[in-house]
Amino acid sequence: MSLAALFFYLFAGVAVASAFMVIASRNPVHSVLFLILTFVNASGLFILIGAEYIAMLLIVVYVGAVAVLFLFVVMMLDVDFVELRQGFLQYLPVGVLIGMVFLAELVLVVGSWTFGAGVTGAVTSAAPGVSNAVAIGRVLYTDYVYFFQAAGFILLVAMIGAIVLTLRHKENVKRQSIPVQNARTKAMAIDVVKVPSGKGL
Amino acid sequence: MTETTWFDTLIQVLIIVAQSLALLVGLLIIVAYVLLADRKIWAAVQLRRGPNVVGPFGLFQSFADLIKFVLKEPVIPDGANKGVFLLAPFVTCLLALAAWAVVPIDAGWVVADINVGVLYIFAISSLGVYGTIMAGWASNSKYPFLSALRAAAQMVSYEVSIGFVIVTVLLCAGSLNLSAIVEAQNTSWGILGWYWLPLFPMFVIFFISALAETNRPPFDLGEAESELVAGFMVEYGSTPYMMFMLGEYVAIMTMCALTAILFMGGWLPPVPIAPFTWVPGIVWFLLKVLLVFFMFAMVKAMVPRYRYDQLMRLGWKVFLPISLAMVVIVASVLHFTGLAAAGG
Repeated sequence: MSLAALFFYLFAGVAVASAFMVIASRNPVHSVLFLILTFVNASGLFILIGAEYIAMLLIVVYVGAVAVLFLFVVMMLDVDFVELRQGFLQYLPVGVLIGMVFLAELVLVVGSWTFGAGVTGAVTSAAPGVSNAVAIGRVLYTDYVYFFQAAGFILLVAMIGAIVLTLRHKENVKRQSIPVQNARTKAMAIDVVKVPSGKGL
Repeated sequence: MTETTWFDTLIQVLIIVAQSLALLVGLLIIVAYVLLADRKIWAAVQLRRGPNVVGPFGLFQSFADLIKFVLKEPVIPDGANKGVFLLAPFVTCLLALAAWAVVPIDAGWVVADINVGVLYIFAISSLGVYGTIMAGWASNSKYPFLSALRAAAQMVSYEVSIGFVIVTVLLCAGSLNLSAIVEAQNTSWGILGWYWLPLFPMFVIFFISALAETNRPPFDLGEAESELVAGFMVEYGSTPYMMFMLGEYVAIMTMCALTAILFMGGWLPPVPIAPFTWVPGIVWFLLKVLLVFFMFAMVKAMVPRYRYDQLMRLGWKVFLPISLAMVVIVASVLHFTGLAAAGG
């Protein structure tokens, strides 16, 4: 057993165990933390198959951004842990049933999958001397540029939609306008008054 | 056959362990003195003496602090989530140290010379926010919680502009490997060929974003003592607190090293002629890192703290559009002048 195999079993084992803990742990914050552990181990698996670029992107995007938002939301929830625990046991059979159905479907689909003769011949390992990032860049911005742009537009629409749905300007909230603040001059801000002594203003 | 491969693997692992240990020991000693330098510079700007009691000129102050922190009793608050509470300082400290695996301190002097070095550092520093969030949540106390929300929002915001700044450098260098980025700046122009000059606006944005990313003053809103006592570290004492401080300073050194590599030519001498090229590269690298750190320390001493909404405005409404525009401009210039690096 080589070092790579050792690390494969380590990453895979921890990934599966922490994925189970995501649904099993009673505290939702712990669930999110286990989810993060799962992501990190998945990226370790990517590194083992030589896809270091995707591994890093997985960490930057999922762990560095998406999971932070999850954690933000979950942290601020006020949850009754006892109630959650009861719910977990109550719904476990249903969840197991759905999981088994999915597993059966996966086995049926993947088990009956056969590759055409041309496909197996076309699959090659990465060209020597070309790093992951370069290899992805070469096809992403040339052959698949329209799909890439379409994905970008979908994300843009989703972002605008989210902003439109949540943006509201409350009345009676004091707001600071930086341009107004910066536009103030000495003449506008300071009023020099000569007060005769003993008289007041 | 199997025995030799096992033996080779073992030797490889031992070499990596030895390299990592050498790097970590050196790094931690430098961090100890950088911490002292930070306090000394801060004091000098304010016409104070700073730590001057332990050892000559206070040179052993950091080690005295270390012993003090380790010997104190760690106190865990009653309502705290114990596991996460103790995990948070470890996460902060380990992630900060892990980033140094890919930092080249001289030509070929790097523990892991990986193709995606820049992305690795970016990923690791984006994970740094977890130490803060976990500490703030697990403390089960109001000030740490508010501070964690603030610090997390701040770090996530400034990561975006740091990402775009790094993209412009990558466009110029044509590689994600940190050693290759330094080599791309190796021209006969010396200091004028480094990326700080052609990418000067990005250099400034990167420096300011690095301050915000590492929660340094004037952007230390996560631990603004006049508002939040000590921020997410309120409930921490002794060794866990020390690990937060250590992680923070190591992260600062990482950002200084990244600035030196991306914009100031890493280990390259400023003038590529005889007397300067005799100096070993590691000396140049250290000098550059310390120069950037000196700027960090001076900013801390001189600039008043930002207000939180100003900080967010600066990140999203000023830096993000500028850096986004610069990515387009740099890419266009490189494309239309034919200067684009070959790639690969």
